[in-house]
Amino acid sequence: MNAKAIVVTSGKGGVGKTTTTANVGAALARLGEKVCVIDTDVGLRNLDVVMGLEGRVVYDLIDVFEGRCKLRQAIIRDKRVDTLHLLAASQTRDKSALSEDRMRDAVQALLEEGFDRVLIDSPAGIESGFQTAASAAQGALVVVNPEVSSVRDADRIIGLLEAREITEVRLIVNRLRPEMVKRGDMLEVNDVLEILGVKLIGIVPEDERILVSTNIGNPASLEESPKLAAGAAFRDIAQRIRGEEVPYPSFDQPTGFLAALRRFFGGS
Amino acid sequence: MFQGLFGRRKSKDQLKDRLKLVLSYDRAKLSPGNMDALKRELMTVIKKYFPSDGSDLDVKVEQQGERVVLVANLPVQRG
Repeated sequence: MNAKAIVVTSGKGGVGKTTTTANVGAALARLGEKVCVIDTDVGLRNLDVVMGLEGRVVYDLIDVFEGRCKLRQAIIRDKRVDTLHLLAASQTRDKSALSEDRMRDAVQALLEEGFDRVLIDSPAGIESGFQTAASAAQGALVVVNPEVSSVRDADRIIGLLEAREITEVRLIVNRLRPEMVKRGDMLEVNDVLEILGVKLIGIVPEDERILVSTNIGNPASLEESPKLAAGAAFRDIAQRIRGEEVPYPSFDQPTGFLAALRRFFGGS
Repeated sequence: MFQGLFGRRKSKDQLKDRLKLVLSYDRAKLSPGNMDALKRELMTVIKKYFPSDGSDLDVKVEQQGERVVLVANLPVQRG
């Protein structure tokens, strides 16, 4: 993706925005990019705990917006991957403290200070929180679960991103359950792509180890174990964001799935 | 009728159809419930020009490629 500032969004809550932001951010950093992940869910911040950095938050995004600290004072550097950084949301304020202008200024300042990539974790919904998160972005990762409400909300969000002239919109199908797809009880990735009409950048299988890694505050994409299916999927997404071609693993899909996917992307 | 022969229709296919329909209305910013009112009003107009009781009028919103279109279908009676 050409976009340096990318909003991670979904419309619906609980589909994996924060998990995606943490894991893709960590994976990008592990690949050597200087990354800042920003939590814009003011009042309901969680990116800090998902990343295991909650104990180090002193200042937050709203402190920056309101001049109580300098931008660099609010940025927390991750000790596991030193190119990974977090800018936390305020837990005590609400969305009315957000400002599109200040958001754009902050992201611009980060890019000028030498950050390669800024991932902006959007709150659920289509209101000011989402709008502020999107205001500073040139690209978007839309996280969708293969179920009715999530797909409908994703469609709405894609419309709103297009209205903002964010053209680099990529889809992450999260929490796919291959055994349900196999018996025809869950939408296939191709169904979701056909319905939503945007480009795919990742397929993340449902993986209970994601919960385990968030329990301990260690993004799964940072773990080395090749058994972590979802962790590996997030690492693949990071590589694709960087423009690398990474084949999609089969996740035990019905016959022809991979072939269909390849056809969809014009690969061989 | 094929469901009896081949077992139940896959739930994901039902979902796909439902999503396509509801997204057509969402994208057109229409509420499906209003279609009945639209259909009734269309009928009063059409009846002035065509001999039909309107029972076979079909009005729906469809996605055609990039566009969302309103499709009204009314078989005209012969003779």
